[in-house]
Amino acid sequence: MIRKTAVRSFLVAAFLAGGIAHADVTLLNVSYDPTRELYADFNKAFSAQWEARNKEKVTVKQSHGGSGKQARSVIDGLEADVVTLALAYDIDAISEKAKLLPADWQKRLPQNSTPYTSTIVFLVRKGNPKGIKDWDDLTKPGVAVITPNPKTSGGAQWNYLAAWEYAKRKNGGSEAKAKEFVTALYKNVPVLDSGARGSTVTFVERGIGDVFISWENEAFLSIKELGPDKFEIVVPPLSILAEPPVAVVDKVVDKRGTRKQAEAYLKYLYTEEGQEIAAKHYYRPTNAKVAQKYASQFPKVTLFTIGDAFGGWQKASKTHFQDGGTFDQIYQPGKK
Amino acid sequence: MQRRHSVLPGFNLALGFTVLYLSLIVLIPLSAAFIKTFTLTWDQFVTHVTNPRVLASLRLTFGASFIAALINAVFGLLVAWVLVRYKFPGRRFIDALVDLPFALPTAVAGIALTAIYAPNGWLGKPLMDLFGLKVAFTPLGVLVALTFIGMPFVVRTVQPVLEDLERELEEAAQSLGASRLQTFVRVVLPTVLPALLTGFALAFARAIGEYGSVIFIAGNMPMVSEIAPLMIITKLEQYDYAGATAIAVVMLVASFILLLGINGLQWWSRRHAERKN
Repeated sequence: MIRKTAVRSFLVAAFLAGGIAHADVTLLNVSYDPTRELYADFNKAFSAQWEARNKEKVTVKQSHGGSGKQARSVIDGLEADVVTLALAYDIDAISEKAKLLPADWQKRLPQNSTPYTSTIVFLVRKGNPKGIKDWDDLTKPGVAVITPNPKTSGGAQWNYLAAWEYAKRKNGGSEAKAKEFVTALYKNVPVLDSGARGSTVTFVERGIGDVFISWENEAFLSIKELGPDKFEIVVPPLSILAEPPVAVVDKVVDKRGTRKQAEAYLKYLYTEEGQEIAAKHYYRPTNAKVAQKYASQFPKVTLFTIGDAFGGWQKASKTHFQDGGTFDQIYQPGKK
Repeated sequence: MQRRHSVLPGFNLALGFTVLYLSLIVLIPLSAAFIKTFTLTWDQFVTHVTNPRVLASLRLTFGASFIAALINAVFGLLVAWVLVRYKFPGRRFIDALVDLPFALPTAVAGIALTAIYAPNGWLGKPLMDLFGLKVAFTPLGVLVALTFIGMPFVVRTVQPVLEDLERELEEAAQSLGASRLQTFVRVVLPTVLPALLTGFALAFARAIGEYGSVIFIAGNMPMVSEIAPLMIITKLEQYDYAGATAIAVVMLVASFILLLGINGLQWWSRRHAERKN
């Protein structure tokens, strides 16, 4: 009897030990909508090199949705090891509301924790029938502009801020002129979709609008998937540097014991391999060597950052997108 | 009181389960919404709720839902009548078709409706060319989506009552010299009215909370075609949980009062009909 028990516990122990030795690690990467294909590729590459080097199998699961919605899920308890979102403001919210990572998270990785960047460009119909070249053309009467609602879409906030800063610079730094310009632009918007993909459908499938303000990588993707015979990209001379940042969620990795893998995962984004994958998915690489290689793919644009132009996301969000902010003022009743 | 035999175990257990079930599924989540709004002061609450954009969205949501429910009441009754009273090839198929808005994910319905009613769509283009009527991306589009998702509620509540309705009553009325209209108003309508009101209330309630199907077709222009549920999502996107629940609470209270009123009406009409008999 005793021997039986001993044998059994030995077996259980052996099984457990074996189980631990071969334990597979899983990471959850909570990201936003347009990175689905990028991370599908990147995860494969990361797992392969990690297994080769550390004899450990790492599976990365992906979760995609609107950037703000994804941040709320993490705040409400979705156990993300890493977050890779559309704007720093959303990761700030995770830090601030749920205290899952320190407030200075953006200093922990190079280039403001942004491994790849993008910018805001215009997608127009083939032949550019309305002759759209620059931001000014978007406020002309008779030009219908498609862009999502910045109140519900993080991506759309980049569009709004890019237009704002353009007008401000053109008018010698006048905030009032910038507001006038942006108001005129949004008067030309016939449909405000709640997210970027919704706007893409409105412009591409429903045939509404003359120009679609879009992230560069999304514009490339639309052309690749829908055929270059229908649309073309117009790059304005001045635009905003879109920085979708990444961060390890400290409280979650410490609880799950995945810090080592999660940190390696994000660092791998900065390696040449990671940068190649980002560039292939039309994100601008930050690594000089890879950027050089893909230089012909990305036209030269003068780019400004949120920090330079608006003093960071917290400030930009408060002035422009909170209730009663400049965006709400555009749609004040009585102002037609 | 004589104890009646019941197939389900005793009243105590059944009631206990009922209360527990309703609490878990309905009461606790709803009270969470109320508790969240208590983090706002009364003034903040009023400011949130009386914001012109919020008021415009509430007007659109309740107005369009009401009109959609009215349309469904009229045409749902007609559909139910045809399905019950006539035998024709394909009746089974049409009968099954009625349930489709129930089963379809609302986002799919929204995308499909938008594709059809958009200015370059099958119906949108002729409507635009012939009548200059823009459906998608206007309040009219909202109405179309809300009518679509509310339709089965009226048909499915009225149908069984119509099936029970005895043809002899109508024949008697006609043989006594009643016109078609008189027969309908005096004989058919009183019998189906309670069910019709129930269907109306259900379609109305369903439309108020609808998000998925409307969001694609609405165009979401502030002050024009923004529905109240979108305002809630907007607040959430700004991490303003309390502001979002404030609007939710207003919608909840308003729908509750409206449903209570409709229930009262239904009770009254049933009493009225009984007294007549």
